[in-house]
Amino acid sequence: MAKITASVYTSHVPAIGAAIDLGKTADPYWVPLFEGYQPSKEWMEANKPDVIFLVYNDHATAFSLEMIPTFAIGCAAEFQPADEGWGPRPVPVVKGHPELASHIAQSVIQDDFDLTIVNKMDVDHGLTVPLNLLCGSPQEWPCPVIPFAVNVVQYPVPSGRRCYNLGKAIRKAIESFDKPLKVQIWGTGGMSHQLQGPRAGLINREWDNAWLDKLIADPEAAAAVPHIDYVREAGSEGIELVMWLIARGAMDDVAGGPAPKVAHRFYHVPASNTGVGHLILENQ
Amino acid sequence: MALDKPYKDIPGTTIFDAEQSRLGYHLNQFCMSLMKAANRERFKADERAYLDEWPMTEDQKQAVLARDLNRCIALGGNIYFLAKIGATDGKSFQQMAGSMTGMSEDEYRDMMIKGGRSAEGNRYIGEDGDAQAQHQPQGQAGRKKD
Repeated sequence: MAKITASVYTSHVPAIGAAIDLGKTADPYWVPLFEGYQPSKEWMEANKPDVIFLVYNDHATAFSLEMIPTFAIGCAAEFQPADEGWGPRPVPVVKGHPELASHIAQSVIQDDFDLTIVNKMDVDHGLTVPLNLLCGSPQEWPCPVIPFAVNVVQYPVPSGRRCYNLGKAIRKAIESFDKPLKVQIWGTGGMSHQLQGPRAGLINREWDNAWLDKLIADPEAAAAVPHIDYVREAGSEGIELVMWLIARGAMDDVAGGPAPKVAHRFYHVPASNTGVGHLILENQ
Repeated sequence: MALDKPYKDIPGTTIFDAEQSRLGYHLNQFCMSLMKAANRERFKADERAYLDEWPMTEDQKQAVLARDLNRCIALGGNIYFLAKIGATDGKSFQQMAGSMTGMSEDEYRDMMIKGGRSAEGNRYIGEDGDAQAQHQPQGQAGRKKD
């Protein structure tokens, strides 16, 4: 049977992608950030999964206002890096895992989460920047990736509670897949940032770190945080953090197993407009 | 029954909800069209003519021509869509975000390097933080005003 081995959480700031693509990772501005992900790259090398289930949000790239799916699962065989207006990022094509993705869709929809099934979709920095941070810049990504896009652009976005419960359903789906796959589930976006209005540039280091503590040790409490708290304390775009709760809800301890091991934790301000947070939790 | 919108009391912040999305539909879809290189070229060649192809309000068109992102947002724009205009102009997300504060590019960048804008005084309308209406524009532009 397939098994979730670990969950990874990280911000997905577009400027990090630009720094990689333009060869600026050794600039003093970026050095502390990339150093913070060095242990993650080593961890990834030592703990290579068979599939990554990657929760992210589309930033008005694949989905315009024509269609706004709340939860969309990518079931295609491959996904092209999108042109977000600056030209497509020079990163490998993302290979999917249609068999596992379809299995998850089947199971999760029967568990009352009405996913949108997507068979053709370009993927933007929300998905490719986390892959770079953990895998570097290889010729091919190390394994297939199932993109899972969450609407956090138009309110109301799904609640933290809903995301957490969805994570539980995704876990159940993965663990009922009849092949011995090691699956990692990644939650991306956040942490504190606001990209609009006179309040642009808001960062809340204390709140971010308290939220990380809660996510690790008391995910139920993290799932209970209402939208308004994210917006008020972590900025209008800080709401992206609800996506981390999907990954957290899929971990063993939530289903009665032992608490996860914190393999790595990192926090850095700023990357462009954003407070960058990162965690790796391993199932024991 | 009125819907609960508890986010209306946060200063300097417009939440892109269904109401804003309805107002800004054509504005945002115009922005989306700039994802195609050929459309970026046509827009750059004659901005007004390109905008006139879209059923946007005159206010929305003027806000785009002036690159007044705060106004665009008030008229239903969303920053992830408006970012396509910035990309067309060769601007980074940081330059776009900074432009909405009134600060110069350097001032905004310095604020971020020093840890960003504090939430103190900026949680509720009526407090005294730097994002409050009475403190706009921010930075040197605001000091010149006095």
